[in-house]
Amino acid sequence: MTTLTPVLTANWDQPNSFTLEGYGDYSAARKALGMDPDAVIQAVKDSGLRGRGGAGFPTGMKWGFIPQGDGKPHYLVVNADESEPGTCKDIPLMMANPHSLVEGIIITSYAIRANHAFIYVRGEVLHVIRRLQAAVAEAYDKGLLGKDLFGSGFDLELVVHSGAGAYICGEETALLDSLEGYRGQPRLKPPFPAVAGLYASPTVVNNVESVASVPSIISNGAEWFAGMGTEKSKGFGIFSLSGHVTRPGQYEAPLGITLRELLDMAGGIREGHQIKFWTPGGSSTPIFTDEHLDVPLDFESVGAKGSMLGTRALQIFDETTCVVRAVLRWTEFYAHESCGKCTPCREGTYWLKQVLKRLEKGQGTEEDLTTITDIADNILGRSFCALGDGATSPIHSSVKYFRDEYLKHFEIGGCPFDHAPSTVWGTR
Amino acid sequence: MSGEPTSERSGRPRDEAVRVANEEGSATVDTGGEPTSERSGRPRDEAVRVANEEGSAIVSTGYTPEVRERLERDAKEIIGRYPKPRSALLPLLHLVQSEDGYVSDDGQEFCAEMLGLSKAEVVGVSTFYTMYKRKPMGDYHVGVCINTLCAVMGGDQIWDELSEHAGVGHDETTPDGKISLERLECNAACDFAPVMMVNWEFFDNQTPASAKQLVDDLRDGKEISPTRGPKKLCTFKEASRVLSGLPDGLAADGPSASGPSLEGLKIAKANGWKAPEAP
Repeated sequence: MTTLTPVLTANWDQPNSFTLEGYGDYSAARKALGMDPDAVIQAVKDSGLRGRGGAGFPTGMKWGFIPQGDGKPHYLVVNADESEPGTCKDIPLMMANPHSLVEGIIITSYAIRANHAFIYVRGEVLHVIRRLQAAVAEAYDKGLLGKDLFGSGFDLELVVHSGAGAYICGEETALLDSLEGYRGQPRLKPPFPAVAGLYASPTVVNNVESVASVPSIISNGAEWFAGMGTEKSKGFGIFSLSGHVTRPGQYEAPLGITLRELLDMAGGIREGHQIKFWTPGGSSTPIFTDEHLDVPLDFESVGAKGSMLGTRALQIFDETTCVVRAVLRWTEFYAHESCGKCTPCREGTYWLKQVLKRLEKGQGTEEDLTTITDIADNILGRSFCALGDGATSPIHSSVKYFRDEYLKHFEIGGCPFDHAPSTVWGTR
Repeated sequence: MSGEPTSERSGRPRDEAVRVANEEGSATVDTGGEPTSERSGRPRDEAVRVANEEGSAIVSTGYTPEVRERLERDAKEIIGRYPKPRSALLPLLHLVQSEDGYVSDDGQEFCAEMLGLSKAEVVGVSTFYTMYKRKPMGDYHVGVCINTLCAVMGGDQIWDELSEHAGVGHDETTPDGKISLERLECNAACDFAPVMMVNWEFFDNQTPASAKQLVDDLRDGKEISPTRGPKKLCTFKEASRVLSGLPDGLAADGPSASGPSLEGLKIAKANGWKAPEAP
């Protein structure tokens, strides 16, 4: 049986966990700055840490792509724009333990030779922004940021930058445009940010949880980290359970734990109900059903079953939930958040929304199912960024697993579900 | 709902990358073989910057001299944090929103002047982001998450009942100017569903009754505490100031974490589960 492994969450129950006093003395940063920067990169490569923002790209390899000795300024930009529906790990992490992120930023910046770092945090989380601002100010006060850190000669400026409400800014190149003061619209790649990122300079964009995991790797060693998880998905991660589960919340566990194991810990599906469908890693990852409860939640195993590990945002829905309604709402989200740059995504999400609205009202035909999967096929892989691809995930997977439920809507000319029982108070 | 997909396609990222690279003396940026476009509006930038440097006065904002002076002081502090001034545009838009309660015409003009941009460039950015409001919002901007998970867990019912109770719809403000409502997309608190936000503070685990009570209390001027946040809820303008990058000293208020955020840790502790010891 896999058990929980609190590392990033270990101090969250302490009343002062968000202060320097409650966090610790930045001994990992001190250690890292005594190492050769390339040795820091190598340690992270050896740990097997892969990006915790959804894509799972090896973090150390990303750092290694930054050209050295190029005479240009380098930048680290932390992607704290957590907005993928269902994803709710970075926000509590930054609220309760912002210093793990700041310390990780010092180590990462040193490794990639960046003297300026940014935390791009979504704007809709005021108290999290306060905690970040306070942690950064405290670090400056104690000489942990600024000039000549730990007497190493390394300088680092860190800015907390609030976004303004745009899911697309979680896409790394859109984030960079936004940080430069433009509309947040994705750039064509290549060039990748490692070559031409912020201000066209070499830039690493890393997720909050990825960067916050780095101090533990430096302190405890790459082998320690790699000793958790599976062969190709190493280490721990925060799994976020939400929806129709008895005890929703944040569960920090080795990658490769299963939903069945997590549900056992979380008290199972709410009393008197059964699981119907769930997302492994946010709304952009194809849905799973009760037949996937034993799939190891690591990048490879989830991928082999036709979905993606994503952000480990486990949104769980029981049998009271109408899947067509759920897919419509996700589709409305993508249509709302499409930045409009690429035609397939801009127009495709709009039309998906129109057709799904009709389907949900029971006014569609079976041919509409072909229409929505055709539209989805014409979005997938045809836009600059992954937003459009994500929009197709709920469509394809819901039609695959719940075709009959769509048909039922046409048969009875409406939604076969009463929505009241699916609410929190519906079964009280 | 507002916010249908826009058809804006400026091609600016590439122009900008090339421009920045050129300014830095590098001629090696890969342009992917496409011809670089010259539609970037650069001549206008240049003209404005030159005009400003030559002291040709563009005094157009409607702020009083005192307000103007204070805003300028704040703006310069914020701009100074960035390697390139334009990066301060989003913070400055939050700043003018903290003055006016929305991104006013005067506020956008102010941003343009501070950064040497045309007003059209500022408006082009401000209209892209949903947190920048085009008209005054209430002192208390109340959001209800209606993304799938919260909607299913009760957010839809909360929205319907609250909107009827308050008598306003999405992005609308009550006549007394106290309350505005917004249908929110996912606010990253799904384990606390159904979620509401007031002035971007968390109000977790809501019900239709608690939502209506909350709005009534806000209208009655009662003191309200967010679920995870400071003891006293601040106003929309005060919140916007923090977002611009100017702290309000309230970071130490409220819990480190609560409720669902601690479920996994509690279970781990109860079972004696830990991460492996360091070697």
